[in-house]
Parts: sequence; C-alpha cells; structure tokens
Amino acid sequence: MILTHNIAHNIPFISIFLAMFAGIITPLINSGRKSCLLHKSVTVLIGILSLLLLFHVEFNQERFTFLMGHFPSPWGNELKAGPMEAVLAVVFSVVMFLTVLGGQYMIEKDVAENKQNLYFVMLNLLFGSMLALIYTNDIFTGYVFIEINTICSCAIIMSKDSGSGILATIRYLIMSILGSGLILFSIALLYTLTGQLLFPQLKSGIMQLANTGEYMFPMTITAGIFTLGIAVKSALFPFHTMLPGAYDAATPSSSGILSGLVLKSYIIFLIKVYYCVFTIEYLREIKITNLIFFLGVCGMIFGSVMALKERRIRRMLAYSSVAQIGYIYMGLGLGTSIGATAAMLHIVAHAVTKSMLFVCTGRMKDISLAGEADHCLRGIGHKAPVSAVGFTIGALSIIGIPLFAGFASKLYLALASFYSPLKMAVSLIMLAISMVLNAMYFIPPVVDIWRPLNEKDANYRIEPDIRPVFITAVVLFIAVNFFVGTCYESIFDIFEVGVALMR
Amino acid sequence: MIKLLTTNHFEAAAVILFGIGFMNMLLQDNLIKKFIGLNIMDTAIYLYLVSYGYVIGRSAPIAEVGKAAQFEEFINPIPSGLVLTGIVVSVSVTAFSLALIQRLYKKYGTLSFDEVLRKLRSGEANTYDSDS
Repeated sequence: MILTHNIAHNIPFISIFLAMFAGIITPLINSGRKSCLLHKSVTVLIGILSLLLLFHVEFNQERFTFLMGHFPSPWGNELKAGPMEAVLAVVFSVVMFLTVLGGQYMIEKDVAENKQNLYFVMLNLLFGSMLALIYTNDIFTGYVFIEINTICSCAIIMSKDSGSGILATIRYLIMSILGSGLILFSIALLYTLTGQLLFPQLKSGIMQLANTGEYMFPMTITAGIFTLGIAVKSALFPFHTMLPGAYDAATPSSSGILSGLVLKSYIIFLIKVYYCVFTIEYLREIKITNLIFFLGVCGMIFGSVMALKERRIRRMLAYSSVAQIGYIYMGLGLGTSIGATAAMLHIVAHAVTKSMLFVCTGRMKDISLAGEADHCLRGIGHKAPVSAVGFTIGALSIIGIPLFAGFASKLYLALASFYSPLKMAVSLIMLAISMVLNAMYFIPPVVDIWRPLNEKDANYRIEPDIRPVFITAVVLFIAVNFFVGTCYESIFDIFEVGVALMR
Repeated sequence: MIKLLTTNHFEAAAVILFGIGFMNMLLQDNLIKKFIGLNIMDTAIYLYLVSYGYVIGRSAPIAEVGKAAQFEEFINPIPSGLVLTGIVVSVSVTAFSLALIQRLYKKYGTLSFDEVLRKLRSGEANTYDSDS
C-alpha cells in the first residue's frame, strides 16, 4: 500500500493535533477571512489524511491501537482506529468543510468582524474534539473531549450575539451540563467497579464481574446513567428541548455543524462504549437496548409530529433532527450488529443531508425580507434556484426517496429489524409512519418554494444567486448526497467490518 | 440502614450532594444559583471519586530521596488525577457560563430565567445593552 504502517498509525493523532493546533494559532491571525482559509485548509488536509487511513485500514482489514507517548496500557493513553473510524473522520471532514464553505458569507454577515477569527478558533477546537471522540480508546479522555465539544458548541451558537441567541445558548449549556454530569458520574462508578479506564481493560473487568454475577445491579445503573447522559447530550426525545431555539438563533453553518456532526459525535462515542466496553450482548441482557429502542421510536414519531406543527422553517428542521436521532437510537436499540451498522449509515446520511438543508435555508432566509415562516419563502425558488434545489434534494433525501442518502439508511434500518424478531413489527410500522410524517412536513415547503411568483410575493431582495463559493458548496453537497445514496453498499460493508472489528 | 449509611458515609454524602446540585440546576430560576447547582453536582462526583482512591493511614505517592518506595504506603493516585482534570473542566464550564450570564444581564437587566423569557417574548431586548 502507499503508506507504511508507521505513517498510517500516526494519522489519528496527527489529525487531532492539526485541528487543535489550528485552534491555538488562529487567535494570532487578525483576519476573519484568513482564519476561515486556515480552517478550511486544515479540514481538507485532515480529510485527505483520513482518506489515506481509510485505504490503509480497509486494504489490511485492521483496527490498530496508537499508544500516546509510547506508554503501554494501563499507564498511557490510547487512540484506536479501524475502517469505521476512518470513514467517519472522512465524512466529518467533508461535511465540516462544505458547511463552512456554504455558510461562509453568512458567518461574515452574522459574526462581528473583530470576532470572526475567534469563531474559527471554536470551529477548529470543535473539529479536533469530535475527531478525538471518534478515535479515543479511553473513557475519561472521551469525557474531557465531550466537555470541550460542549463549550465550543455553545460558543458557536452565541456567535451571532443576539438576545435570543444567548438565551438559547444558556438552555443548550444547561442541558449539556446535566448530560455531562451524568456521564462523569457513570465513569466514576465504572472506575470504582472495575478500577480501569481504557476500553479493553474495562471490558475484561466487566466481563469478569458478569461471569461471577457480582455487582450486577450497580453495573446496570452505571450503563443506564451513561446512556441517559449521552441521550441528553445528543438530544434524544424527550431531552430535545435545547435544539429548536439554538438552531433557530445560530448562524446557518453553526446549525448545520451542530445538527449534522456534534450530536452524532456523542452517539459514535456511545456506540464505541457499547461495543468496546459493555458489549452489546451484556446490554441486551440488562435490557438497556430496549430502553433506547423505546425512546428512539418515540423520538421518530413525536419529533415528526412537532415538526409538523412548526411554522418556522429552521425550528422545523431542528424537530426533524430529533426524529432522525430517533432513527439512529432505534437502529442501535435493535441490539444487533446489523442494527448498529444501519444506525451508523444513518449517521452519515443525516450528516450530509441536514447540513445542506441548514446552509440552503440560511441562504433563502437571507434573501427573503418577510421572515422565515414557510409561507414567506413562497416562490423563492425562482430567485435563489441553487439553494432551492439544495433544499428540495435535502428534503427528498430525509423523506427517503431512492438515489439519495436518506433512502439507503432507512432501507438498511428496515432490513436490520428482520434480525430482531421481537422488535420487527414495531420498527417497520414506526418507520412507515415516520416516513409519511416526514413527507407531510417537508413536501409543503418544497411546493411553496417552487410556486410561481406573483405581484404579492415581491418580498425578496433582488440579489442574483451567483455566489460561486455557495454554489460550489451546494453542488458538492448534492454530489456527496448522491454518492452516499448510490454507493451505500460499500459504505455499509465498511461499517460492517468496522463493527465486527470492535467486538 | 443507618449502619449502611455510616459505613458508606462518603458515598451517601456524594449522592445527597449530587441530588441537591441536580435539582438546583433544574429548578432554580436564578441563573447564578443554577450554575452553583452545577458546581455542587460536580463536587459530589469528585468527593465520590477521591474517597475511593484514599486509603486511611496512607500518604500521597511521592517517594523520598534515598528511601525505597513501598507500594503499601501510598494511596491510589489515579482518582486524584481524574478529579484534577475534572476540576479544570468544571472551572472552564463555570467561567463560560458566568460570561454568558453577564452578557444576558447586560441585554435584559435580570438574572431570572423566566423574566428573560418574558422579556424576550414581549420584545424588550437590548434595553440594558451598553456595549453593542
């Protein structure tokens, strides 16, 4: 292969280091544009490195451990990377890059000029901490990066500095901190039960306890508290109250990154802990999978119902995210490897779709002078065709129309349910209901957007839709969506190998 | 029951403190008090962790010059290390929250969450905004 083992094994650390280092040096750059350029360059570089890593691990079918500072366990800290981590790093880099590219002009508009470089400090740190959550092999390191993620997320929500933005940030912060508190508590319990923090040692400690039947009740409580903490952080229904206000108040890039990537990074960490620490068989035995299956299914339905009632388009997208997070938890709650793999595919599909929707909605809202209730966007497709096409394709993808990303993941979620006979009927019925609901709240805005313009609908800025950077971002987003929607089998295979290697 | 509580007094205190902090954070209307709740909650977890690393009669794991270090003399330093990291995280989150609250106070002139919501709904924003 093109890379030696030595170089490839350093890529996870280099990726995290590059993003963090960019975050540290960005305050020295006194220009928003230059900071943006640095951020985008670093993201592209990390994307390329992650792609090389993907080729390497896929070719060798390996999942390797990188010892930080070459200290062996249990003294040193570890990173672990396999095909699953590499694909996720590539997807995160691509989505991060395109979301910033598409929302760049809105960042320039929304964030005060002297603070734009600080916005990119936060984006770099956020990207670094998300990569660390993907790669880490230590539960306490995971907690530290979860907290960095929280602070950076709050900072990018409030970057607009409006009253509603600050209030939304405080709400987001309070919910996030409650989640972090629960996660820290569960880590403390886990440490006292096993005396370990690294995933492999934790796993053997838990297996030992499970075999002897000792401390079963405290272990169940620990797994429950950890799941609850991550559920609060990733806005699983009924802990979703922080989302609508935050996404409504933030600049489009922030909303896209938060919805597409940040929430997912917590779920990826959860999946890693489930497979590398507790093991899915043990979680099935203590019925935690049933709990998340139930909450996931509730999220799918109630998220969609709330989106149906919402008139403001970005709040509607936020509720739609609640529903999509429900799909992911439902897949995970099936308690099988194929369910978790389908959930991973849905993470990718939703990341590439929802970020595009937020970027395009931001653009349409910017052109509309009448507000952002969906009737105010009537006919805007004729004024801003690129963003309207992006929105339409995003909507079709979320609904689950073939050829787009959303279809692939929903197909696999349905197929995965056949492997869990007890949950099959509920999963299939809820998937069908939820897809109908998705169509019910996404089709009306799409129809409205493409309605012919008349005299009454002149509430738009006469501004041609020819920003090359924005158009490039949307075209690339559509291409990525189409790629995921057509080549889903190969992505699913990689995830399948990744999940198998985690066990 | 009482015996159980007295033998596990660190754990009992930690759970009670965690509960106080958690409820404070959920139910308090005053934003500063809400974040004091957060600190109580975090401190409860630190107490719990540290109590597990501490062994009565042993000292911190620092070897004296010229004397061979004996494993049995020392406490477990890992929980203390975790708590230190946790304290750093908690300090940064608290600093960030206080900065946010200050910003909100400048905009709305109150620390009450409900009051801010009411003002936001009635469009009274920016009344006290002095620096933007």
